[in-house]
Amino acid sequence: MIRIANGQGFWGDWLEAPVRLVEDGPLDYLVLDYLAEITMSIVQKQKERDPAQGYASDFPVLIERIGATIKDRNVKVIANAGGVNPVACAREVRRLAPHLKVAIVHGDDVFPHLDQFLSAGHAMTNMDTGEPLSTIRSRILSANAYIGAFPLAAALATGADIVIAGRCTDTALALAPMIHHFGWKEHDWDLLAAGTIAGHIIECGAQATGGNCQIDWESIPDMANVGYPIVEAEPDGSFTVTKHAGSGGRVNTSVVKEQLLYELGDPRNYITPDCVADFTTIQLAGAGPDRVRVSGIRGRARTPFLKLSISYAYGWKSIGTLVYSSPDARAKAQAADRIVRQRLYQLGLHFEEIHTEFLGVNACHGPAALPQLHAPEVQLRIGVRGQDRKAVDRFTRELIPLVLNGPPTATGFGDGRPPVREVVAYWPALVPRELISTRVEVVE
Amino acid sequence: MKIPLSRIAHGRSGDKGDTSNIGIIAIHPRHYRVLVREVTAAGVKQYFGDLVRGKVERFELANLGALNFLLHESLGGGGTLSLRVDAQGKTLSAALLAMEINVEDSELADIA
Repeated sequence: MIRIANGQGFWGDWLEAPVRLVEDGPLDYLVLDYLAEITMSIVQKQKERDPAQGYASDFPVLIERIGATIKDRNVKVIANAGGVNPVACAREVRRLAPHLKVAIVHGDDVFPHLDQFLSAGHAMTNMDTGEPLSTIRSRILSANAYIGAFPLAAALATGADIVIAGRCTDTALALAPMIHHFGWKEHDWDLLAAGTIAGHIIECGAQATGGNCQIDWESIPDMANVGYPIVEAEPDGSFTVTKHAGSGGRVNTSVVKEQLLYELGDPRNYITPDCVADFTTIQLAGAGPDRVRVSGIRGRARTPFLKLSISYAYGWKSIGTLVYSSPDARAKAQAADRIVRQRLYQLGLHFEEIHTEFLGVNACHGPAALPQLHAPEVQLRIGVRGQDRKAVDRFTRELIPLVLNGPPTATGFGDGRPPVREVVAYWPALVPRELISTRVEVVE
Repeated sequence: MKIPLSRIAHGRSGDKGDTSNIGIIAIHPRHYRVLVREVTAAGVKQYFGDLVRGKVERFELANLGALNFLLHESLGGGGTLSLRVDAQGKTLSAALLAMEINVEDSELADIA
């Protein structure tokens, strides 16, 4: 049996979580998931400004903090912290923790190869819209293939203390140590599906241990010290989900079910680079306090494709808010919205979308919101999006004047004009997997 | 009798692009068949009204006593394009759990 824990569900997650995972109980592998779909474009921009940047900067600082402990306890770390610059990330880790051996997984960055792919006839059409990539070619900012678990397992086989990857799948981080430790092969579809689902359960950190939990949330103990999830994996593909003794939070079958359903599509076809996992085969059973046993998982052969995560410059947006108090808070906010829209129209400004929400009334649930007839206060939230930066910038100047020249009792304008933000959009596409080749580089 | 779905179910929701997914899970496995009968794709589409511009798909996970719904074109463009405060549909499962469903008294006999 090996113990694999996830200490970061995204770049921005709780900094104490991975420290406690390595210090407060037994562990063999610590995995850290830093990359959301849109994170790649953020790190790409950082790298353009400074060639020494472009990775999850939280990661080297964390390794400096836990480096001695993981060496003492022989805990291996696997992270997609490399972003678009895993070499710079590894260099910084080595500078802060020179006693650790680092392996880098290369090959996910296909930005330099896109024209070659296009001229070879790979259209890389948008999986959602069906448009060919050529329509946005000049605006592309980054392009990365989702790498599976086998290249990460190869990196572990070098004996590295730290494995740094760029854009690998979230689930590959936890599957890789199982492949490495148990010797699972590329056609062990059931085993690979089991490890993939283990990875899915822990990839969002505390969402598997009581965080964001809708069942009995008020009674979940000590969320201030919530324990992050640990998988105790067996060679036969079964595993137990748990957390360190003494930590806060809760692990039971209801909590694990919620996380299994999170960001799920067709449950019979959970497609990864490593296999196709079938969520309808999962069997759960309580196995004592804060322990859930998972077994029975079946999988099928991987597809011939790898998914690309492409980001491109889309346009501009800005979102501004004002608060109106009672009486008639909602009616005042609605009147203010009409005034802003009329002024934008009179200025001749055009946007792809103007979207208004009334927080405190129905912003989250829309038509499904429970009736809220007399809200004591309502936040007006108006957003615009478009290709014309000047129009978006002009919008940012149209909200605050309402404090003096609109309906009464407007407040909550302390931050001034809202900022204009660049919209970087995400373009999912498929390419034949043989176009992507990976390699491992060891730094010591 | 009519009860809110939250009497017999819990859930979680998230996003993939402009599609939100809502997982609805029977608190007691014996109520899974009530979910299957009462919480249909068409019913979910109607419940959310113009929040969902595309189709609603439903998938069954009898092994977990759960249904998974995909609400297409429901997040204002999704990802970074969305101007919505809940751009990732994080709260949509809570919204659906407030939906009223029809149950027989006998089906609730075992709930305190």
